[in-house]
Amino acid sequence: MSLADLRGKTAIVGVGLAGCGEARGMTDMEILAQAATKAVADAGLTMKDMDGLCTANLMSAIWPLNVVEYLGLQPKFVEGTNVGGSAFVAHQLPSMMALATGVCDAVLVCYGSVQRTGTMGRKERTAARNVLDPNPYEAPYQPFNPPSSYALVAARHMHQYGTTRRQLAEIAVAFRRWAQLNPEAFSREPLDIETVLKARMITDPFTAYDCCLVTDGAAAYVMTRADRAKDLKKKPIYLLSNATAVWHRSVIGMRDLTVSPSKESGERAFAAAGLGPKDIDVVQVYDAFSINVILALEDLGFCKKGEGGPFVENGAIGPGGRLPVNTNGGGLSCVHPNMYGAFATIEAVRQLRGECGERQVKGAKTAVVNGNGGNAAASQSTSVLATAEAL
Amino acid sequence: MNTQEQVGAEARYQAALNEGRFLIQRCEGCGRHVFYPRVVCPHCGGDSLAWVEPKGTGVVYSTTTVRRKPEAGGDYDVSLIDLDEGVRMMSRVEGIAPTEVKIGMRVRAKVIDNKGAGLVVFTPEEAR
Ligand SMILES: [Zn+2]
Repeated sequence: MSLADLRGKTAIVGVGLAGCGEARGMTDMEILAQAATKAVADAGLTMKDMDGLCTANLMSAIWPLNVVEYLGLQPKFVEGTNVGGSAFVAHQLPSMMALATGVCDAVLVCYGSVQRTGTMGRKERTAARNVLDPNPYEAPYQPFNPPSSYALVAARHMHQYGTTRRQLAEIAVAFRRWAQLNPEAFSREPLDIETVLKARMITDPFTAYDCCLVTDGAAAYVMTRADRAKDLKKKPIYLLSNATAVWHRSVIGMRDLTVSPSKESGERAFAAAGLGPKDIDVVQVYDAFSINVILALEDLGFCKKGEGGPFVENGAIGPGGRLPVNTNGGGLSCVHPNMYGAFATIEAVRQLRGECGERQVKGAKTAVVNGNGGNAAASQSTSVLATAEAL
Repeated sequence: MNTQEQVGAEARYQAALNEGRFLIQRCEGCGRHVFYPRVVCPHCGGDSLAWVEPKGTGVVYSTTTVRRKPEAGGDYDVSLIDLDEGVRMMSRVEGIAPTEVKIGMRVRAKVIDNKGAGLVVFTPEEAR
């Protein structure tokens, strides 16, 4: 048996979003439950059909228990591994194995956060986590994390490969242009490169436009076996592969700041899928910061190492460009409730279903999703998805 | 049962810093230097790590200026320093404006008092 044996054996059959942007008055769990309800209904199933559960939350180490109780589930398969924001992409491989072996029949993957409007906001959440999970070799120097860690990554990439702030700005502008085509996106006002370049620095070389949004939001999707998927309500989107690589915890453990674990997860995912970057119609990468997109495009093989900057120039990854990336507007312009992996996955599914309206990539049959987690690209999880035609 | 209290690597590192001494580790199994301090070598899995004094010199691997309002203390540097022993640490370069800290700059360590605890910071080598 190998990873390739799981190719096309499972599919995503239901997706749901809730509370994206601002969900004032709601809790993490309440919007998670709303998204889960939508995803289950989208699949044409019921909550009682969910005999597998994947979930994680930065505020509770045993979050799956909370979700089981709240939703009234009694799962035969529970996966709560938290590798940061990539978790909800990384949850796919264990789910594929559990479904393929018959351990369970339907897996609900779900997440929710009200970090923007909740009574415990982002600042308080970060402070609490620093107490529970201290990093004594970084904390005394007061990096403004996560932005400062990724700023160190960007500065090194710029030094080593000549990547420019203008190229980073191209990314923010491309995703804003996608967001303008997405009625669900949070930031839709026009944005140009000069505005990004002139904005106030937060942690050099980043301005606020290089950093993901701080929003509320919940996302859920349902996975099942391919044989069962065919009889459900929506067109199944097949999982060809998923692979996760974890190389470090924080920026002091990242040996080469210009290479992320996507290099490993991407190689494994593409090999098992039997596809390469040239076969991919639409790309969803976790853009916690602008530099993440350059690392992902290079490490996944869409361009050579060091050429990510020139690759994104002239609107190449925006609407009408050569490679559609983050068609919902990404974490930079659409939604970013702390952990974005499930949102990237759902946008890939919607594109492959052909449900994306004005921003639809015509005829998209294959997609890559690349999750990012931790304070410095510490964990990366890559999936290849496809419609039945591309199986 | 061992009832004697132990001193872990993290506590020992900080205790030395509090006395003004900057120590790192060297693995007696594979010979490589190790930072941050551990009880097991991340290179070979060996559990015999000796404390050694580094030369204290190194090079800026990457750097960022964290922007902060003047009334809160103003902008400051956060850098990653590669020590000549081959290990990397987070620190800050002092003695020059944070925006003047450049990748590739040679720097030298010093131990300062940070609210009662020893802390390693760096200054540019040529400025000494
Ligand atoms: Zn060793």
